[in-house]
Amino acid sequence: MSGRVYVPCDAAAISVGADAVARVVAEQIASRHLNLTLVRNGSRGMFWLEPLLEADTPKGRIAYGPVSAEAVPGLFDAGFFDGKDHPLCLGPTEEISYLKRQERLTFARCGITDPLSLADYVSHGGYRGLERALGLSREQMVEEVIQSGLRGRGGAGFPTGIKWRTVLNAPGDQKYIVCNADEGDSGTYADRMIMEGDPFVLIEGMTIAALAVGATGGYIFIRSEYPHAHRTMRRAIAIAYENGYLGTDVAGSGKRFDLDVRLGAGAYICGEETSMLEALEGRRGQIRPKPPLPALEGLFGKPTVVNNVISLATVPIILDKGAAFYRDFGMGKSRGTLTIQLAGNIKYGGLVEKAFGLTLREAIFDFGGGTFTGRPFRAVQVGGPLGAYFPEWLLDTPLDYEAFAAQKGLVGHGGIVVFDDTVDMAKQARFAMEFCAIESCGKCTPCRIGSTRGVEVIDRIIAHQNRPANLELLDELCELMVDGSLCALGGLTPFPVLSAIRHFPEDFDKPAPTPIVHLADRAQETQQWR
Amino acid sequence: MSATAETWDADRALTRIRELEHLPGALLPILHALQEEFGYIDSAAVPLVADALNLSHAEVHGVISFYHDFRHAPPGRHILRICRAEACQAMGCEALVEHVEKRLGAKVGETTHDRSFTIEPVYCLGNCALSPSVMLDGHPYGRVSPEVADFLINDLRRRQ
Repeated sequence: MSGRVYVPCDAAAISVGADAVARVVAEQIASRHLNLTLVRNGSRGMFWLEPLLEADTPKGRIAYGPVSAEAVPGLFDAGFFDGKDHPLCLGPTEEISYLKRQERLTFARCGITDPLSLADYVSHGGYRGLERALGLSREQMVEEVIQSGLRGRGGAGFPTGIKWRTVLNAPGDQKYIVCNADEGDSGTYADRMIMEGDPFVLIEGMTIAALAVGATGGYIFIRSEYPHAHRTMRRAIAIAYENGYLGTDVAGSGKRFDLDVRLGAGAYICGEETSMLEALEGRRGQIRPKPPLPALEGLFGKPTVVNNVISLATVPIILDKGAAFYRDFGMGKSRGTLTIQLAGNIKYGGLVEKAFGLTLREAIFDFGGGTFTGRPFRAVQVGGPLGAYFPEWLLDTPLDYEAFAAQKGLVGHGGIVVFDDTVDMAKQARFAMEFCAIESCGKCTPCRIGSTRGVEVIDRIIAHQNRPANLELLDELCELMVDGSLCALGGLTPFPVLSAIRHFPEDFDKPAPTPIVHLADRAQETQQWR
Repeated sequence: MSATAETWDADRALTRIRELEHLPGALLPILHALQEEFGYIDSAAVPLVADALNLSHAEVHGVISFYHDFRHAPPGRHILRICRAEACQAMGCEALVEHVEKRLGAKVGETTHDRSFTIEPVYCLGNCALSPSVMLDGHPYGRVSPEVADFLINDLRRRQ
């Protein structure tokens, strides 16, 4: 039997040399006449260990990392392909504590299989969710997702099943499933990883969604910054078509579902669902006022389910194992698992899939190992560029939608960006406003003009010009943006700005904390982000 | 995937447009195809695209100018996109930007005088556990120190 050795094809692994490692591994296999197959798997999500080389052995998969191309011949000399010891050997992959402590449901296959092998997918539990779904009525499928407690993982946290029910009950001869793969939040890469590492799970999830609501067409809107994910998804869709999992007769059910991929064009705002629909229709990505909800009048005016990649990729396991299985993970109203992405100045950056309820401290220190630089921790931004900055004393906040809202923050898409004590929070507040100004779609005035004025006011604060009056002005401006913006970009940009002032007043030369606007109340309303 | 920045050619543009005009919401796919073909979107493309999709020139121009990706002029032979979002900020991307700007003698958003490099900002490449991150001619690089950036630039220059 030919053994298998693995080198990830994930873009992050490639960014630190995985392609070069794979090239040398292939050369060594050929020159040593070894009976080995090189598989380009997805990433396990332990990025400080990338490129991670693995070998299939009778004792399971054995990991070596981080491996450089230069180290590969030595690994062959040592017999790594038989799991032999080497200074880079990390032991059995599944026993690495970072992985072992996780609860991988959505990412169950990621890093294990060949992303473009349908046989691998099916032999690792793939398409079991669809199989069970085909035996259910539409209402039963939707009910299963409602009962699972799954909430939109793009950031808004809206119950996925409720959205599906609205589309199911909407009249219409044509309905669509649109997958939001415009993962623009800094500190997030879960969507990219799953598309590159297990693309069929997303196709299966979208297929189940289509069957459940009666949709026959679907689009995955991928940001252009993700060329690898784009290529992998395109190939996976072609393979699914060739094998009868997409097209006129999905898995022999007689039902039709056509799926295509579209590329974004570098606009953060297109992560907002209505803006993304505009882009898909070939227009400027300016947001649409709601109502009408996209569930009733979405893509090309038709009822449309718009869900995030992770939401859709979680559907297969819910249908496979049942709503109760999934619901048993988590805390409070946050059911199931969160794909936490540790990023920025962090020692062990990577993807941690855990039931909701892990505290920020556990994520950053128990998993992440503290800062990369070894300097003291100072601040963390959770939930992307619209998420609040938290100081050390808020680190015991559990990762849970409601617990974060109570602290005027948001879980968002699960990105956690860590900063050490060299960070200047006035600069971070300025960047939040600047980013909003760069990315505003221009539809509404509070966002378009407010963000530019916000940068100017913060510049005056940084320049020590009449600080008390300018801080008060900034407070008022933020309140206006929160109350007056049409979507989450303008409505949530004040979160990072005001949290920086509130929790790090010393960077603004401020003696006492200032009252903050009623962000928590508005958070629920304005979180239509994805 | 080195950007070719070839000269504008209406016939080649029309071929690409014809391949895609049947798609629902064809405008973005067409604009991507044109940029892939020429490295930028020439203003002469606007009437061709508008005619094919039965849109006004203003609508097409409006879409081209809305999206950060679409270039209005030919880029340099190599495109270096440097991430400036929060995760990379936490790992010193601004110092990297400063270094690269000095090294290449061009600012972010500009092309070097010898037209070898265009430096573009990008807000997240999804490589946030290995910051600072850049993309050079479509290839991702993580943990990019100023030394690594120098190596990448020298390597390309040597091969020219």
